[in-house]
Amino acid sequence: MLLISCPNCGSRDETEFHYGGQAHVPYPENPNDLSDREWAEFLFYRDNTKGAFAERWLHSTGCRQWFNMLRDTVTYDIQAVYPMGAPRPAGAPDALSVVVPKRPLKQPELIEQPGSAPGTAAPSTSTTAPEGATK
Amino acid sequence: MANTAALTGINGLREIRRSPASHLAAALESGSVPGTVVLKEGPFQTMAGVRVDPASEAASRIASVTGGLPARCGEVAGTEQASVLWLGPSEFLVVAPEEDHDTLGGDLLGSLTAALGDAPGQVVDLSANRTTFELTGPRARAVLEKGCALDLHPRSFTPGTALATEVGNIPVVLLKNGEESFRLFPRASFADFLGRWLLDAMREFASPEVP
Ligand SMILES: [Zn+2]
Repeated sequence: MLLISCPNCGSRDETEFHYGGQAHVPYPENPNDLSDREWAEFLFYRDNTKGAFAERWLHSTGCRQWFNMLRDTVTYDIQAVYPMGAPRPAGAPDALSVVVPKRPLKQPELIEQPGSAPGTAAPSTSTTAPEGATK
Repeated sequence: MANTAALTGINGLREIRRSPASHLAAALESGSVPGTVVLKEGPFQTMAGVRVDPASEAASRIASVTGGLPARCGEVAGTEQASVLWLGPSEFLVVAPEEDHDTLGGDLLGSLTAALGDAPGQVVDLSANRTTFELTGPRARAVLEKGCALDLHPRSFTPGTALATEVGNIPVVLLKNGEESFRLFPRASFADFLGRWLLDAMREFASPEVP
């Protein structure tokens, strides 16, 4: 059970809150100018960050107010709670810098290293989960 | 088309009004342990939901009707007659005796609506939205602690405090109105479940304490 600090009410059980998905996803300036693919990416494509992740939460059985939270998706450590509309707090690693790159992305094992035989490349030790990782 | 005969005879309709936990009245009585913990459903109350920017002029007009507005989570403002509970930064619940309702000769809703005026916000009659459970006695806190994660110790939860939270997984507004006396405001549809949940939580106090 997470203990979440509502900016209005103080520490409350996670069961009093609702999750609102990734924060800082702006509504498109001109939705009519978007291609179907761009619109679909706005609607459905979200980061799947390993590490600090900015997300929205609603204190639904308390003050019924939304707020933003910076949570580590590995350790569940809550690094910051800040109001809607405020920028992501500085100091914490920026999710955008550790996000998996957008498609098209080659499968890591298909990238041939110069000077190494195919299939012998060491597995990636990046902190970013490769696309398709199942954990 | 409005049934004007029913509206003029609203005091007649009052006689057939049933409270959401009225079917539990006998169970509440037999499940209570006088001197230890007692549960009963409180009388009907007039409740008004108020949304207004607390920094606005309309808020000060409303505050003069209700006898103040609570400023932060947990605070209860108001008068002897009516209390104002904090639900959110711009959302309040006014709880007053039943006879303050406009259809029963009072003017709570009318005066709140007039105080809000044209300002952004709302005054809504929520009298039928929630019922009231009154839980009293030296073990009342022990009963609540079985299903409420808040710190209910008197050093942090003092009389005259109200918090919107969960009791037995039910969203309630929990008001402490005395050293050993609590009021729970669940929504009407949860009254049956919460009433039975509280009775179950109280059951152990009917037996002699195991040393
Ligand atoms: Zn809250």
